[in-house]
Order: sequence, then C-alpha cells, then structure tokens
Amino acid sequence: MSMKVDTVAAGATPNSLRSGPDGRGRFGIFGGRFVAETLMPLILDLEKAYDEARNDPAFHAELRELQLHYTGRPSPLYFASRLTEKLGGAKIYFKREELNHTGSHKINNCLGQILLARRMGKTRIIAETGAGQHGVASATVCAKFDLPCLVYMGATDVERQKPNVFRMRLLGADVTAVTSGSGTLKDAMNEALRDWVTNVDDTYYLIGTVAGPHPYPAMVRDFQSVIGEETKQQILELEGKLPDTLVACVGGGSNAMGLFHPFLDDTGVEIVGVEAGGHGVETGEHSASITGGSPGVLHGNRTYLLQNDDGQILEGHSISAGLDYPGIGPEHSWLHDIGRVKYVNATDKEALDAFQVCSKLEGIIPALESAHALAHIIKVAPTLPTDHVIVMCLSGRGDKDVFSVAEHLGVEL
Amino acid sequence: MTTRLETRFAALGREGRAAFVAFITAGDPDQETSFELLSGLAAAGADVIELGMPFTDPMADGPAIQASSLRALKAGITMKRTLDLVRRLRETDNTTPVVLMGYYNPIYHMGVENFLAQARTAGVDGLIVVDLPPEEDDELCVPALDAGLNFIRLATPTTDDKRLPAVLANTSGFVYYVSINGITGSASPEARDVAQAIARIKGHTSLPVAVGFGIRTPEQAANIARAADGAVVGSAIVSALAAELDETGKARPGAPARVLEFVRTLSDATHAARESAAV
Repeated sequence: MSMKVDTVAAGATPNSLRSGPDGRGRFGIFGGRFVAETLMPLILDLEKAYDEARNDPAFHAELRELQLHYTGRPSPLYFASRLTEKLGGAKIYFKREELNHTGSHKINNCLGQILLARRMGKTRIIAETGAGQHGVASATVCAKFDLPCLVYMGATDVERQKPNVFRMRLLGADVTAVTSGSGTLKDAMNEALRDWVTNVDDTYYLIGTVAGPHPYPAMVRDFQSVIGEETKQQILELEGKLPDTLVACVGGGSNAMGLFHPFLDDTGVEIVGVEAGGHGVETGEHSASITGGSPGVLHGNRTYLLQNDDGQILEGHSISAGLDYPGIGPEHSWLHDIGRVKYVNATDKEALDAFQVCSKLEGIIPALESAHALAHIIKVAPTLPTDHVIVMCLSGRGDKDVFSVAEHLGVEL
Repeated sequence: MTTRLETRFAALGREGRAAFVAFITAGDPDQETSFELLSGLAAAGADVIELGMPFTDPMADGPAIQASSLRALKAGITMKRTLDLVRRLRETDNTTPVVLMGYYNPIYHMGVENFLAQARTAGVDGLIVVDLPPEEDDELCVPALDAGLNFIRLATPTTDDKRLPAVLANTSGFVYYVSINGITGSASPEARDVAQAIARIKGHTSLPVAVGFGIRTPEQAANIARAADGAVVGSAIVSALAAELDETGKARPGAPARVLEFVRTLSDATHAARESAAV
C-alpha cells in the first residue's frame, strides 16, 4: 500500500522537492485520499497498477511511441521574437503544447492513463470536463483504443462550449450534461465520482488534472512532466543555460505541474503560476484558489479551495472555462506554502488583451487559459534585462475560444 | 462510558428487534420545519436519528439528498444551526441517539477540536463522515473517539475480507453497511446478498450492523430488518418531505405530520419484521 523509495522521481536527491508525495499520498499537509469507502479499494488498486506500469520499460516504450507518432512530440520550444521585441525586456519562449494532437497538453495525460486502463483490464472510461479540452482528449484516446467513453460536463459548460461537445460526439463519446449544483466543472467531477462508485468493476475514471485522490495528482503530473523534461533539453540547446523564469497558467494545474516539476530542484529557476483573477480577486468573482481561497477538502484531496465561512464550496468565475474550478492540485498548494512557486493572477480583461496581442504579434491564437500566463509575462517582461529567459507553457490553442472572445469584444459573427 | 447508541442497540438486542434509523437533512426546507420533523422522529418510531449536515458537493449522494442539501443551504443552514437543532432536541429528548452524517470539509473548516467540543455539548452521539476512509483516521476519527463520540464507519461491497479489519478497527457504535455500490437513494439491494454481507462483517466484529442505501419502502425495510440490526432510510423520507413543498419551496401546512406518518409505516414494518418472519 505504501509508496516505496522507487517512487522518487528519476534524478532526484534525498532532499529533493521532486520526491513527493509520501506514502499517504501527501505533499506536506496537502493531497491524501478523502474518498468514500466504496472507492478506497479502487484507488489502492490503481496505485498498485500505476506503480507497476511506471517501473515497466514496455509501458514507457509504448507511451513514447504514441507521443512521437500520435501526439507529435516533442513539441517545439519557440522563440517569440516579436513579442520579446515589443515588450523590450526578457527573452520569451513558448513551449508549444498547443501543437499537440487535439490542440492542448491534455493528450499527454490521456495517453498515459488509457494505457494504464487497458493494463488494468477496464472496459469503460469516464471523464469530467470543463471547457471540453480534456473531454476531447479523452474521447480521442478512447476512439483510438476502441473503448466506450462517457464524459460528464456541466450543463452550463455544455451550453457555452458547443463546438467541443460536438467534437466529443464525433469522436464517439457520450456526453452527459450535469444539471446538479451549478452545472460546471466541479459538478461534473461530482457526477463522475458518483458514476465510478456505482460502476466499480469495469470502469476507469480518467481524471484530467493534477487533483483528486492519490495517486491521481502524482500520476497526472508524471504524464505531464514530458513538457518540462523536453523544455529543459531544448532550452539548454538554444540558450546554453536553464531558463530564469517559468510561467504557466493554473486551474487544476496540470500543464503548470508538467512544466514545473522537472525544474523544482533547480533553485536558480524562478517559477510562477498564474491563476484566473476573473473580475479581480477583490471582487470575489475569480478562480484564484491560492490567492483568494483557504485549505479544505474536496474531490478526494486537501488543497486550497474557494469556500465560504462555513466550509461550503463557492463557484469559481473565469472568462476561461478551463480555469473555472474552485480548487487547485495539492502539489501546487504545497509548493505555494513552502514558497518554491510564486502564485499570481491575471484578470479576465488582462487575459483577453494578451489573447489579442499574441494573435497579432506571433500569429498564434492561444487558448484563453494560456493567455492568463501571457498576461503575467506582459506585466513583468519589460522590467527585466534582455538576457533574462522566460519560458511559458502555451498549453492550448484558442480556436475553441474565438466565439466567446468575439462576444466579449462585442463583435457579432 | 456507555453512549446513547450503545445503550439503544443493547436494549433493542434484548427486545430482539432491529433498529429503525431515520435520516433527515438539517435545515430542509427551513430551520423550524426541520426541527418539527426532527423532534417528531422518535415518536414516529425512529430508534436512531441520522441528521445530515448539508454540503454543496455531496459526492456520495443521489438526487434526493443533493436537492435537500441545496434547499437547506439556500434557507441558510450552517454548522452552528445544525448543532442548534440537536441542542433543542436534547431539551426534551435525552435518550434517542443522534448521529451527524456528512462530508469532511465543513468540519475541517470549523476546526476539528472546536467542532467536536460543540457537537458533544449539543448532545451529538456519533459521526458518519463519508469521505474519511480509515487511511485518514487521524483527521477526525481518532480525535472523535478521544472526545467520547462514536465514529460510525461505512463498509461496502468493495470492502473485502482483507480490508474489513482496517475498516472496523476504529469503528464504534455500529457499523453502517452500504448495501450497494452506488449513491444514496439508488438501486435496492437483494436481501440475500445483504444477509451474506452481514454474516461476513459479523465474522469480524461484535458491533451491531445497520444497513442503508436504496431502502425505500416498509417492505424493503422489513426485509433488511430480518437480517440486520438496523435499517436506515434517508432518500425516501427526504423525498416525502420534498413532495410536501409548494412551488416556492415552502412546506405546506401539516407537512411534518404527514412525513412522520410515512416514517411510522417504515418503523412499524422494521419493528414487526422478525415477528412476521417467525410466523
């Protein structure tokens, strides 16, 4: 049941910040296994199966093959020259996860977990989705491996992300609109957990971010760490040094964790996570769990949550449906508490501006999620010297967002 | 010290009948109606009361209890008001055991020590916290036991013989057997499967075993009562209350009395089950 020494990430030292979680699935006080008894044996099975897979070279070989020929990895590390010139300070690179098959980093995790589900002999896949990016990636891998896929999506999100709903259906997935609660990502996750507790024998729950009960936060992080591992190699080739700063947007935080994790022990690298500031953290309408929340327990783990004085969960708000979640992965909460990663936020408006700047200057339409990371860079880059290297995770492409951006800009299509 | 739960189950054991355990959601649809219901449950035959602590994200609950939790939250229920209901009940009823059932976050947010002290003072006897498996025992289970409260653990069809001892280790008061893999108020269990499961659990513990999830009718409650030490009904009672609300969500006049009549049919069937089985 307990994790052994072999779970320490490759290359980590005894005092490494990369050695978590502990045997109870905790990063400091965060993480854990706060699930109903019915699910407990299932997540222990999953932990065991993942431990075995992780130590099996054949598993990694199959995953690498898929990353190469199906996803299109490695993703480029691209020097954003016009943006750098315009901001007049730090040198800005984009890690181009938006060029992956399905248009975001979500496929990295889905491929890893679908291989695991097959090893475990599971015959039915369920997933939750907010904006639909993880739903699309889940539907994609299920199509490829001929597994039935049921995606839970809040009814509100189904309405505002119609193109992705249609994509999932084209890929052969069933999409269930969740009307309980407020009909957004957290309610979709509740409903997926209710499904799992009802269908324990054949069903694999494919969680899309670095949250949920142990071992999900660590497992999803591991599958996403390919982002940071490639970045490390690529930046050394391009610049002959590690980056000075890493920046990524954080909702649940899987693209950020993937970029950050391989650099946690590189103390010279400053690491910044950008939460969704919504209308401004001071207005209460935001999804900045760390800046505007407090520690609590939801969806299987202890982490920073948006909650009221009585421990009831609050609705997040963000212009980006992918960041609209009232929690954050537990490892982020820990990295915040120990001060290794700095968490800031960008408002809806700042993200919207960054979305347009990136499109016009670089010819890249970023996802609104990624635009939050860029909004922070736009604030800080001008103040930094020209030899300061920033790498940003461009986690997804923005095609899915053009309709809602048009609406926000008052443009009728 | 013997708790109200232990006293109650011991008495029922001597009488040779099963406990009827009634669940309602605190503050549903409003504080006063909820208190009227709560204070009438014992007279309607409830041997043990489970009082739901509403939570915005009740992951183990089906639509009926989800909706009742949201109604209660909308009407302003808080942890303090939930404890107030128990405190008021204790002014007139010092024997019926009251178990609070819910999720960990509102307790964690209140502070475990603070919560336990207030729950004890209010007259709470035990806790069922759905999202705290034995792996997280040091969070609340151990402190609750130290504070003199019973901690009632859920055992489920997925809890195999290897795992059962760990699940039972810190359980006290009674064991709550979740008769189906699923959420509250869903499919009804097969009586024969339940009887087998109870025998399996009893092989590991001398604690009473109550069964819940999916019991809706007096007949089903009676079937369970023939095999188990207690039958728990929640969603069906909460749904009976929901059916008594007008279009604005307010309880119609006489609503608590009619819900309690339904509770009476359940408790009568539970209490008579073993007599009719013996015929």
